[in-house]
Amino acid sequence: MNLKVKIAGVELKNPVMTASGTFGSGQEYVELTDLNRLGAVVTKGVASKPWPGNPTPRIAETYGGMLNAIGLQNPGIDVFVKRDIPFLKQFDTKIIVNVCGHTTEEYLEVVERLAAEDVDLLEINISCPNVKEGGIAFGQDPKAVEAITRAVKDVAGQPVIMKLSPNVTDITEMARAAEAGGADALSMINTLTGMKIDVHRRAFALANKTGGLSGPAIKPVAVRMVWQCAQAVSIPIIGMGGIRTWEDAAEFLLAGATAVSVGTANFFRPNAAAEIAEGLAGYLEEVGAESIYDIIGTVR
Amino acid sequence: MRKTRVWITAQTELCEGICSLWIKDAEMAREAKPGQFLSLYCEDGSRLLPRPVSICEIRPEEGLLRMVYRVAGAGTEEFSHLSAGDGLEVLGTLGNGYELREGSALLLGGGIGIPPMLALAKALCEKNGKEQVTAVLGYRDANTFLAEAFAPYAQVVIATEDGSVGVRGNVLDAVREKGICAEQIYACGPKPMLRGVKAYAREAGLPAQISLEERMACGIGACLACVCESTKPGEHTHVNNVRICKDGPVFDAEEVEL
Repeated sequence: MNLKVKIAGVELKNPVMTASGTFGSGQEYVELTDLNRLGAVVTKGVASKPWPGNPTPRIAETYGGMLNAIGLQNPGIDVFVKRDIPFLKQFDTKIIVNVCGHTTEEYLEVVERLAAEDVDLLEINISCPNVKEGGIAFGQDPKAVEAITRAVKDVAGQPVIMKLSPNVTDITEMARAAEAGGADALSMINTLTGMKIDVHRRAFALANKTGGLSGPAIKPVAVRMVWQCAQAVSIPIIGMGGIRTWEDAAEFLLAGATAVSVGTANFFRPNAAAEIAEGLAGYLEEVGAESIYDIIGTVR
Repeated sequence: MRKTRVWITAQTELCEGICSLWIKDAEMAREAKPGQFLSLYCEDGSRLLPRPVSICEIRPEEGLLRMVYRVAGAGTEEFSHLSAGDGLEVLGTLGNGYELREGSALLLGGGIGIPPMLALAKALCEKNGKEQVTAVLGYRDANTFLAEAFAPYAQVVIATEDGSVGVRGNVLDAVREKGICAEQIYACGPKPMLRGVKAYAREAGLPAQISLEERMACGIGACLACVCESTKPGEHTHVNNVRICKDGPVFDAEEVEL
């Protein structure tokens, strides 16, 4: 039985990776899970300079989910290259670096810097507000999606995954725009913008007022969007949004995703991604499939 | 540090809304230090995130740990219904804990910041002798939970907001009224209290170790939810904040902006 999948020519030992922002660069998890069992580690977003993030409280629990407004705090690309890449190179897993920025130039600075580094894939977070365009997220305008994808592809030394925002009217438009811009793959979905109000304090639960909703509560939305995009584009899709069990992961694969990311579940089951990879192997056996490709996109 | 299912050996309610929970886990009891905490997980799948709870007593020879917590919401409400023989999913031990220093110690605990002071009082008493340890405990009212448990390890002073027991006011009011002096300050409590402790320590020229709390998701330093502004760039973060769960929860008062 074969769990291997290929994303833009990069072979992953299994289709399960960690979702950006939930796993750091893995250091904090080594006592709790085996990174060698993961198809890939997707790092927390890294920018050209250190970002201090938002004021606290940065998170709030919601029914079956959570809101976060961390504000993409990160130590910047210099520290990342020196500290995080050598750390991850110790393990037998692929390295996918998530990149964020406020302007096209900031994204490109990071992508150019990574071109010389020994990492496998880049994942571009386009849910960040574009400060030069009045703060609308890159990922909320198909022209901006295509333009940023093209600009990144021009300078990238690795294949490029565009991570789509679900906070749009028609996500297939964004998927097509990314494909038109030359994206090698898509990651979806990022968090859904939400809000929680503390009725006792009569105040927002998050200092930032709004935050990104993740966790099991969003899974049906994510599965629907992955299925829609799988019909709309021919590049591979990495599906994510509320995956907690191997059954959840299998849903995304059946809907058309080639791989999956486990995010919020890392917070309550640090071993979740490794267990899900194992569970998928059992599932393939159960349904008599020889390869993961025998199930991908088979529910239309 | 590991995540595992532990057995509850006892749970009692100390006063309304304050519960005392004993768990058995030899490894955690062996590695636990005063000021560290555990993450407790709910069974109810609608509540995903662990609840960080400080360690109140450590009995390594029996493999026991005690946690005293306030029922503050649905998660802690769920824990309050557990009893001896039940299992509980726990991650720990977490955080840095207090550095046990030489010299006379002033322990300041406010409200649900009192429980970790008990393990600390015991450790400091063993290290430096009971005469070197004074614990000032601040409560809202006459529900002075745990106060009697400090007696074997420390001189105990009680402050209550309503004046029903001990000094009327907060822990610092009690320190001033009783003229308590010490060489080291150790504190845990709500942020306004810790602000006061920091100002007091600076004024008195004393080192103060303070324990902070914040909403947490992972509890292990990965998600960057529970940060506190710091005076210098954090060693891990490289920006002006520190991770309460991993770099703390105990900080030198001068390291952090409150």
